[in-house]
Amino acid sequence: MNLKKLLMVGLSAALLVGLFGLAGCGGGTDEPADEPATETPAEEPAAELEGTIDVQGSDTMLNIGTAWSEAFMDENPMVEVSIQGGGSGTGIAALLNGTVDFAHSSRDIKDEEIADGEARGIDVVEHKVAIDGIAVIVNPANGVEDLTMDQLGQIYRGEITNWKDVGGVDKPIVLLSRDSSSGTYEFFKEAVVGEDNEYAAAAKLLPSTQAIVDEVVANDAGIGYIGLGYLTGDVKVVAIDGVKASVPAAADGSYEISRYLYMYSNGEPTGVMKAYLDWILGPAGQQLVADEGFVPLP
Amino acid sequence: MTTPSTPSSGRRLGRTTTRRAAEAVVRAIIYLCGWMAIIILGAIAVFLMWNSLRAVQEAGLVTMLTGTAWYPTSSPGKFGMLPLILGSLFVTGVALAVCVPVGVAAAVFISEFSGRLVKEVMKSIIEFMAAVPSVVYGLIGVAVLIPFVRQFFGLDTGMTALTGGIVLGIMSIPTVISISEDALHAVPAELRQGSAALGNTRWQTTFKVTIPAASSGIFAAVMLGLGRAIGETMAVLMLTGNAAVMPTSIFESVRTMTGTIAAEMGEVVQGGLHYSVLFAVGLVLFTITFAINLAADLVLERQRKRWRR
Repeated sequence: MNLKKLLMVGLSAALLVGLFGLAGCGGGTDEPADEPATETPAEEPAAELEGTIDVQGSDTMLNIGTAWSEAFMDENPMVEVSIQGGGSGTGIAALLNGTVDFAHSSRDIKDEEIADGEARGIDVVEHKVAIDGIAVIVNPANGVEDLTMDQLGQIYRGEITNWKDVGGVDKPIVLLSRDSSSGTYEFFKEAVVGEDNEYAAAAKLLPSTQAIVDEVVANDAGIGYIGLGYLTGDVKVVAIDGVKASVPAAADGSYEISRYLYMYSNGEPTGVMKAYLDWILGPAGQQLVADEGFVPLP
Repeated sequence: MTTPSTPSSGRRLGRTTTRRAAEAVVRAIIYLCGWMAIIILGAIAVFLMWNSLRAVQEAGLVTMLTGTAWYPTSSPGKFGMLPLILGSLFVTGVALAVCVPVGVAAAVFISEFSGRLVKEVMKSIIEFMAAVPSVVYGLIGVAVLIPFVRQFFGLDTGMTALTGGIVLGIMSIPTVISISEDALHAVPAELRQGSAALGNTRWQTTFKVTIPAASSGIFAAVMLGLGRAIGETMAVLMLTGNAAVMPTSIFESVRTMTGTIAAEMGEVVQGGLHYSVLFAVGLVLFTITFAINLAADLVLERQRKRWRR
């Protein structure tokens, strides 16, 4: 009996502590950085940055976003930046719902989404933060080296279904794509499939870029598309119209399937959010862009 | 009780009243919890219907249920659910073919032929099987089953309805075993003894007497396993390839209703048409699983009544 009572008291105490702890965590997002210097005395010339930034969106930008946030938090220990993936659409939806500060997006925002934001009193502001190229990949055992943009479109529309029609062996093409929540899916559709056309119904829509890489590595009839930042040595890059996807080719515009990566905010960012964005657009942030296999802004 | 002292009896009285009050409070709470399940279920149904209203009005229920093209992000979007419904049915069919024979046979073994120790050990292992998260089954499927199916059947790709169905079947086995085992256990010992007294062997008793007697319970187990399989999301999302084609065989990629909702829900604009259509898909799924569970419950109830007499 006594033991039970003790246990109950202990448990409820733990619960209470947990509750208060949680309440303490849900602090404000962008506290003004100009707090009086009483707490952080004269060591720093400017007031130290403080606050939390929540970012959600593009899976393509997950790696680079994490690299930015970690480096930024190292420089500013009082700032907490949390990065989540889920897809560009997910991030923009979260921004419109007011649950995040920045949305990572690998496609530009749709008019429908801007209108939806206006209806909710959210003024969406666009910031270009990097350039990305989409590489078309096949299994290293595949003999096809080069496709034209037109052939690639036909393959993804399901008009060409056998590798022999594009100079390969007689084998049905296994089409791999991201699912429709991915910005890469939308961008590839616009750039390759054609805005008024549809992906072939037989295209397999996989839930992650890694799943596409895994299947291409395992399947010698597979073809897929992934962000340049995800390229590994296990797969073969197919040249499109004679140009192989690479960082320099995307930067000088000679590679066709490349795009801007964006961060969207509600209104012009201020305080700690502005500091974070400026840092990303500055030399340190852009160096990380290059390190992660993307292309820095010109 | 022989010499009741006033203080002690007074204390006893006080204790009873507090106890009664506490009992009343607890009873009220339990009462509320009991109703809560029904309230939540009703609320889910209403919520699904409310949110899929726009889809029904703008895309049309019949058009959605019979349409064969699923291109939700095109403009205008095409919302044919038939490939998704068929995809779910194909995967579930394979799952049933896997989990019913194995599950029922295992239940017969545990209930009729195993010793007490083996029975206890098996039961806890099966409970553990049910506790493994579905994403873990999915990972194992990606690493082992996808390459195996592709090579063994000589297919273009291992991401097929078959692959998803096998893993779902394995995931449904614990449900089928434990409920079939309960049904077999509930068969009165008199029936077995009577059969043995007539000179039947254990096998004859099991197959001619016990299993027929428990058949409606086993049917219910199968239905609940089916409900588990059709509602599963993560494993099918990882294993079936999610191509929204009209499937013609289990060796093709399929897209299930659950996988579609999971993959697309994150991207849609809240309150938009696509959002509403996904709720309509959810409503179809809810209706199917509700019907399955209801049927299983009715059958189970019939069996219980039979043995009560």
